Amino acid sequence: MKSLQRVQAIILKELLQLKRDKMTFGMVIMIPFIQLLLFAYAINTNIRDIPVGLVDHSQSALSRILKQTVVATGIVKFTHQYSSVKAAQAAIDKAEVRAVLIIPRDVSQRLVRHPTVGFGLPPSSDQENSRPVAQWLVDGSDTVIAASIKSLRNMPLVELLDKPANRNTPTFEVTLLYNPEQRSVVNIVPGLVGVILTMTMIMFTSAAIVREQERGNMEMLITTPLAPIELMIGKIIPYIFIGALQVIIILGIGHLLFNVPINGGLTQLTLATFLFICASLVLGLVISTIAKNQLQSMQMTIFILLPSILLSGFMFPYEGMPIEAQYISEVLPATHFIRLIRGVVLRDVAVVEMTFDMVWLITFTLIGLIVAAMRFKKTLD
Amino acid sequence: MSTVNEVAIFAKGLTRKFGDVTAVNDLDLMVEKQTIYGFLGPNGSGKTTAIRLFTGLLKPTSGSINVLGLTLPNQANKLRMQIGYMTQKFSLYDDLTVKENLQFIGKIYGLSAKEQKSRIEELLSIYQLNSLSTQLSGSMSGGQKQRLALAAAVIHKPKLLFLDEPTSSVDPENRREFWEQLFDLCDQGTTILVSTHYMDEAERCHRLAILENGIKRADGSPQELMNKMSSHVVEIASNNLRQLKKQLISLPEVTSVAQLGAHLRVLVDKNIADPVQFLSQLKLIPKNDQITIVRPSLEDVFVTCTGNNLLNGGG
Repeated sequence: MKSLQRVQAIILKELLQLKRDKMTFGMVIMIPFIQLLLFAYAINTNIRDIPVGLVDHSQSALSRILKQTVVATGIVKFTHQYSSVKAAQAAIDKAEVRAVLIIPRDVSQRLVRHPTVGFGLPPSSDQENSRPVAQWLVDGSDTVIAASIKSLRNMPLVELLDKPANRNTPTFEVTLLYNPEQRSVVNIVPGLVGVILTMTMIMFTSAAIVREQERGNMEMLITTPLAPIELMIGKIIPYIFIGALQVIIILGIGHLLFNVPINGGLTQLTLATFLFICASLVLGLVISTIAKNQLQSMQMTIFILLPSILLSGFMFPYEGMPIEAQYISEVLPATHFIRLIRGVVLRDVAVVEMTFDMVWLITFTLIGLIVAAMRFKKTLD
Repeated sequence: MSTVNEVAIFAKGLTRKFGDVTAVNDLDLMVEKQTIYGFLGPNGSGKTTAIRLFTGLLKPTSGSINVLGLTLPNQANKLRMQIGYMTQKFSLYDDLTVKENLQFIGKIYGLSAKEQKSRIEELLSIYQLNSLSTQLSGSMSGGQKQRLALAAAVIHKPKLLFLDEPTSSVDPENRREFWEQLFDLCDQGTTILVSTHYMDEAERCHRLAILENGIKRADGSPQELMNKMSSHVVEIASNNLRQLKKQLISLPEVTSVAQLGAHLRVLVDKNIADPVQFLSQLKLIPKNDQITIVRPSLEDVFVTCTGNNLLNGGG
């Protein structure tokens, strides 16, 4: 009973301090809000309106129609016109435009003989027939932009000649589940929950305990009947609620502003989040037993945060990483949580069905608690 | 004044090492109940380490400790409820109010809501914190912080109170008041162990121990210590004191020379029967200048029993 009272005293004190610490409290709300807006608006793999230039050697009606057709795809917009290929290349060097479309003098002959236009298939031996209609010069350093322009390579030309579409049967039928419109925000928002929780949970707990040491409060606390485990539990509980608050903010705004579907049930969502918050808080505890001041705890948080952003599958698919990176990825709690929360939010999977990820988070929490408790004892002597 | 079972702290051969450094070296100590016992020593003399050993926060490298009938470090947990500890630095929460801090500590010590309410009322009035009860602790003056720290340290009415340099950030006026409060506590039955490097504070203690480099150099009541001092204290009023000081300090019979305004305070070894005659026959001091034996102060005791004064000189 007395033990409960002591834990309660710590929780109350922690909440009072949080209430007075306007900066931290603001961060609790603003970090998820700002990050969400940044990631949802700025990170976009469906690129539109890339500024490009045009070199038109043909100067014909056909070349103008070709340009219009390219603009109609929405991928690029023509901002500059150049008289020669040389001038166009200089413009790319200066980063005036990202790419240049070069329309040759004989564009109409090339177009007429182009196989997709549909004047029947000419003999394959005829070299003339397989020549492309025009050429793109692309600044290929940014792979995403390069890929977008490369996607124009097989652009259908039928509209150009006002002919009915020459419908060809695809090799594969592709059905896109869960995110049929291919909006990247649908994948980013649940992943962002993992990144933001990693950042705030680890940072707040590690700093909260280190602060106690730094300001000398610990020296007083250890002379009281307060047990280390009571202190740890009392410190952690308020942050579980803060974590929950952040999840509500991220998923709520994601749902309202970006129309991210939340398919899973509340129970599953709570379970997944709770497991991850515990794992992160415990990681924060471990850091707090190593760090000597708040700056160090902050540095160590960043040390965990960076791989959590880059290797957890939040930004880049896990499957595309080299095997060594995958090992690191598997250790991070964020990886498992991002799998879980994407499963729950997007695909309505039960947490229990994703056994491995669930068990890993639980194991991580337990091991972390033991390590933290062991190290914490040492710091008293 | 007391029998053996009236002992609050008993330590024998107490030693604590941190790596190669011996912070407390073979310390024997006995503190009687309901007294104020002082630890006098310079910074780094092992005062804080000794206090931490007696509170059970540190384990001794060797030696035995018995505090309030409990053997340390094994029974340290049982001791927690019976002791109060006021740290050198203010260690309550700056971002909590006076009342919130006291409520927090009250809960930690397991006071019931009712006990807490009446005890906090009581403490606020004893330590004149009533008007400050809703003020953030961080915004208070050194004296106010210290009163709050003392209130928090005694909220559970400990039998034994440890104060680690309690008045280092307090002005003299507040220091006087603080000591009045300590004597009140002592009168109500609390044993107090206080560490300090102020002579005037040490002089108020019932008994004290002088520590240096972790070694106890002397102990007893301030009066006892002054009486059994191994030097005479002589005051010389003369001109050209800086020059004279240099000459005197080189003598093997002189333990220490310190300048106090227009006087030199000279400690002469007790083996010299008549220090006045000894000094005047040196012919360093003009005939008409005054040489008088004076009553020793605690500072003289401190200087006599610490350091290698023959080499360094006092002032």
